[in-house]
Amino acid sequence: MKRRTWLFIGAGLLVALLLAGVVSNFASGSPDGLDHTARDGCTTNAEGEITGGTCMAQEEKDHETADSPLADYGIKGIDNEYLATGLSGALGVLITFGIGVGVFWLVRRRGPERAGSETGAGSD
Amino acid sequence: MHIANGIVNAQVSAVFAVMAVVALALCVARGRADLDDRLAPMAGLVAAFIFAVQMLNFQVLPGVSGHLLGGTLAVMLVGPWVGALCVSTVLIIQCLLFADGGLTALGLNITNMAVIGTAAGYLLVAGLLRVLPKTPTGLAVTGFIASVIGVVIASQGFVLQYWLGGTTDLSMPTIAGTMAGVHTLIGVGEGLITATTVATVARVRPDLVFALRRFRTRPGSTAGVTPAMRSAT
Repeated sequence: MKRRTWLFIGAGLLVALLLAGVVSNFASGSPDGLDHTARDGCTTNAEGEITGGTCMAQEEKDHETADSPLADYGIKGIDNEYLATGLSGALGVLITFGIGVGVFWLVRRRGPERAGSETGAGSD
Repeated sequence: MHIANGIVNAQVSAVFAVMAVVALALCVARGRADLDDRLAPMAGLVAAFIFAVQMLNFQVLPGVSGHLLGGTLAVMLVGPWVGALCVSTVLIIQCLLFADGGLTALGLNITNMAVIGTAAGYLLVAGLLRVLPKTPTGLAVTGFIASVIGVVIASQGFVLQYWLGGTTDLSMPTIAGTMAGVHTLIGVGEGLITATTVATVARVRPDLVFALRRFRTRPGSTAGVTPAMRSAT
């Protein structure tokens, strides 16, 4: 692939790293539209836990991966909230990019020059 | 818009998990035709970018926030099939590593955000680009409109799932109305992000914008012309 395209990909990745690593600390901490709607009708305490009432989220269960080292966009062991959010966000971008490029590269359509060696695989 | 565990019952969640797997398999099969040496790294970047922007919750009402879902953005940059795979990749990583969106609810979330959000975005973008110019401004307007409507449609996917398998008996019209209202506001935010991003890429590297390379409609061509031309070749 052309060097120019890799330059663009690199610049884009840098923007994503800045957004997830730095700007994410300025994001709103309020529940999102669905979480808020799901709690409509219930009373919640300061931690957002449901204390009473009737709402969609009253039967909500804990997450299976709540013990993950990156759970809730933090990093286990780092108490500084800004550092933990930024680092977990940057890690998430790199992991997503790595897995994304890897998987998409593996399933990509091979160029016409290889079509002859994989009989039948090139046709759709 | 990630659904947590225990909001929709296990049976309905399982049905949507099967539907999500089938949809993703179809996306891999159809997306391969689009995925060449240039689109593959671009798709990885789009996934990473959506992950990053999904962290940026913006306030839409007092005490209520929202974030980009990314379906329309992905459609415009890498096409519908690969786009749905990009959003799914993000949702799977968020669920497994970041405890965002329940594991039993993963099929529900992939259906709403990756499949419905992307499909709605695709149909809207394809339709709008028949009338709007394929310029950075035209793409920005297209991205904005498709995002607002696409997000509201995706939010109704959840309403359907809750109607089928909600764990608490509640008024469905109220839920549908609240979800549509809040997600119209979130859609405006998503629309602004999509418009800015797509217009920027279209200015810097128009050759990397799927919506500029495909969705080509020849002036004066009608639906009846295409099959005739196909049979002629």
